[in-house]
Amino acid sequence: MGNLFDGYDPASFFDEMFESPAQVRPHYQRLFERYTDLTLGDFDRKRMVADNSFLTQGITFTVYNDTEGTERIFPFDLVPRIIPLKEWHHIESGLTQRISALNLFLRDIYHEQRILKDGVIPAEIIRSAIHFRPEFMGFNVPKNIYIHICGTDLVRDDEGNYLVLEDNGRCPSGVSYLLENRQTMKRVFPNLFSRYSVQPVDRYCEELLNLLRFVAPNGNSEPTVVLLTPGIYNSAYFEHSFLARSMGIEIVVGADLVVQGGYLMMKTTKGLKKVDVVYRRIDDDFLDPQVFRKDSLLGVPGIVEVYRQGNVSLANSIGTGVADDKVTYHFVPKMIRYYLDQEPILPNVPTYLSMFDDDRKYILEHLSELVVKSANESGGYGMLIGPYATRDEIEKFRALIIKNPRNYIGQPVVKLSRSPSYCNGRFEGRHIDLRPYILFGEKTTIIPGALTRVALRKDSLVVNSSQGGGSKDTWVLSE
Amino acid sequence: MLSRVADTLYWLSRYIERAENNARMLDVNLQLTLDATILNHRYTQQHWESIIYSLEDTKLFQELHPKITGETVVEFVSFERKNPNSIYSCFCAARENARSVRELISAEMFEQLNRMYLDFRSGEAQRLFRSSSYQFFKWALQGCHLFQGIADATMAHDEGWEFLQLGKFLERADRTSRILDIKYHILLPKEEEVGGTIDSVQWFAVLNSCSGAEAYRRQFQGQVAPWKVAEFLIKDASFPRSIRFCVDSLDHSLHQITGVDRGDFLFKVEAERLSGKLLADLSYVTMDDVFLVGLHEYLDRIQFRLNQISKVVYKEFCEWLDGE
Repeated sequence: MGNLFDGYDPASFFDEMFESPAQVRPHYQRLFERYTDLTLGDFDRKRMVADNSFLTQGITFTVYNDTEGTERIFPFDLVPRIIPLKEWHHIESGLTQRISALNLFLRDIYHEQRILKDGVIPAEIIRSAIHFRPEFMGFNVPKNIYIHICGTDLVRDDEGNYLVLEDNGRCPSGVSYLLENRQTMKRVFPNLFSRYSVQPVDRYCEELLNLLRFVAPNGNSEPTVVLLTPGIYNSAYFEHSFLARSMGIEIVVGADLVVQGGYLMMKTTKGLKKVDVVYRRIDDDFLDPQVFRKDSLLGVPGIVEVYRQGNVSLANSIGTGVADDKVTYHFVPKMIRYYLDQEPILPNVPTYLSMFDDDRKYILEHLSELVVKSANESGGYGMLIGPYATRDEIEKFRALIIKNPRNYIGQPVVKLSRSPSYCNGRFEGRHIDLRPYILFGEKTTIIPGALTRVALRKDSLVVNSSQGGGSKDTWVLSE
Repeated sequence: MLSRVADTLYWLSRYIERAENNARMLDVNLQLTLDATILNHRYTQQHWESIIYSLEDTKLFQELHPKITGETVVEFVSFERKNPNSIYSCFCAARENARSVRELISAEMFEQLNRMYLDFRSGEAQRLFRSSSYQFFKWALQGCHLFQGIADATMAHDEGWEFLQLGKFLERADRTSRILDIKYHILLPKEEEVGGTIDSVQWFAVLNSCSGAEAYRRQFQGQVAPWKVAEFLIKDASFPRSIRFCVDSLDHSLHQITGVDRGDFLFKVEAERLSGKLLADLSYVTMDDVFLVGLHEYLDRIQFRLNQISKVVYKEFCEWLDGE
């Protein structure tokens, strides 16, 4: 009788589980033994249990532009991704270094701009970054923290090296899936956990709340913390509600808040109540119609002024988007050297900036080989994957780059590592990435775990949920 | 507690109670009208008309269906998504509300609502109905009861809980008054007498629609007497679906919310004054008083006062006018 790994082919990629078709990596050995025991029937039953548990708990995301059944579950793959402790230490120190540099960069950019004056980063890039907020020049954010919560996307190349693909320093989402995936995996494969020593992830919400309380204005030790959501129709609403529940804080929409007497207040059944810290899950643009987009109904008129007066703290701070602009990304290794006087532990993916003449020439000549990304889009939108693109798509991007060189970068196609994933009744190799979540407060905390996203479509390199991606539980071993 | 959240909990609870009452009422009446030896075709028609009329959805119904039949009424009240008060719509609305207050209700409460919703969405509920309407209504009723039980056992009995109770008992009081009022709209066939077979079958159905037959029997043995039924459903002190019991409960919840002691006949907000006054009326009214006004008019008046309480609750706890 065959098993689900029969015919598995790691091909020419770095495979997380197999060193070669016949050789399982040591940290996957016990998993391999357990999974080869499973028949297709066993596995399908386990998948059903997992899917049902997501569905009944309402762990769904909303697909825009889709009228029927707009709530979907995020496909969950039952083959976990396993990271040995030594690799995790490497990732952890690299990310800690990176978040420190990004925060120093933002502090500098909104004050002296030494890094521009010293010519390390061209001033032009900052001036033209759409998420740069010159209104906040000279403004001191509480505890000097700009990016409190960061989701940094890592990938592994064909040699297994971890590279940073992008930083998400505005409102990174997905951490609820990290936590729920673990719960589900424990329910479905309880015995597998006893064969491994997997580091727990449950402390994330507690650490997040500690961080939010840490930045409360005026040293208030009993602050009222709320989570501001755009509302139940937002694609990440489940996560917002999950986090608020897990922290035991109120989840509010803009209409629940009002500015009065220089403070931010929420409307309760017993009158107005002061709010001290807002974990906001809406972008800068929608935060305050008096300051940013005038048509925003999601925000709170006047909240930015309260923030300026130091009477409310926001996480993340306003204007952090200038750091996760894909053009700025290119300069993060330079920031690390400049501010920390250290060599970057986690390298970037090589990047060409089409705003530079030489780079642009190279990009335009090699469009069919490169990945081209727009500087400020996410979710797998606004990008071109040269080797898989049609002639028309390539020409469309050529015109876009020429028209607006500041807005595009080019990167060689990284042969992303693959992990066995359940497809078509057996395990097949599928490309994956890794998003750990970094909390930057009194100390830097990185929960030992991450969201591993998997591109379930054959050969696809795009892992976003909006583009047919799924996710896996991610185990960091304690040995 | 956030005003929006209080309002959401209140409505979440009303929708569940509405779904439950609709399911029970349809179940009882479907069985009643199936009994062809007692009821002829013309009479059956009138019976369903009176139900639609009591729900105050006549206009929408007529736009969707040219004829009132058992099938169209059951479809309209069970599954019609255009009808905001159908059982399906109630579950959709309750679940939507629950989704936006998940941080306050227990995970188990949400999951129970979500399961019911998913069964409607997948067509499972409709399949069950086609194979046995009795089974379907039983499933819907049990789903609502399970929700109430789960809520009682897993949610903190704090302010949010009181808003759930408030919604539940306001809705229930309103529904009991409407079910009682159905009898007013049902005409007895010409040859039948008041107090005759059909009349008592109808009154018995009214009791059953409120789940009250057993409790009634324990109190009044023997024949079902119309005025006894009305008295029981209006002012019984211990039956949990009588109007008085419901108003007593919602008055209690209001005082829990404001923190004002009930015993002192004090009130902090207008809603407490209105509910206290209504409770006093229900406690001291005699059936002679009711007949003097007319049963239909009396019930109508109660519905109006319940509606007033609902409006004032919103105004006092949930409404924030611009510029406040």
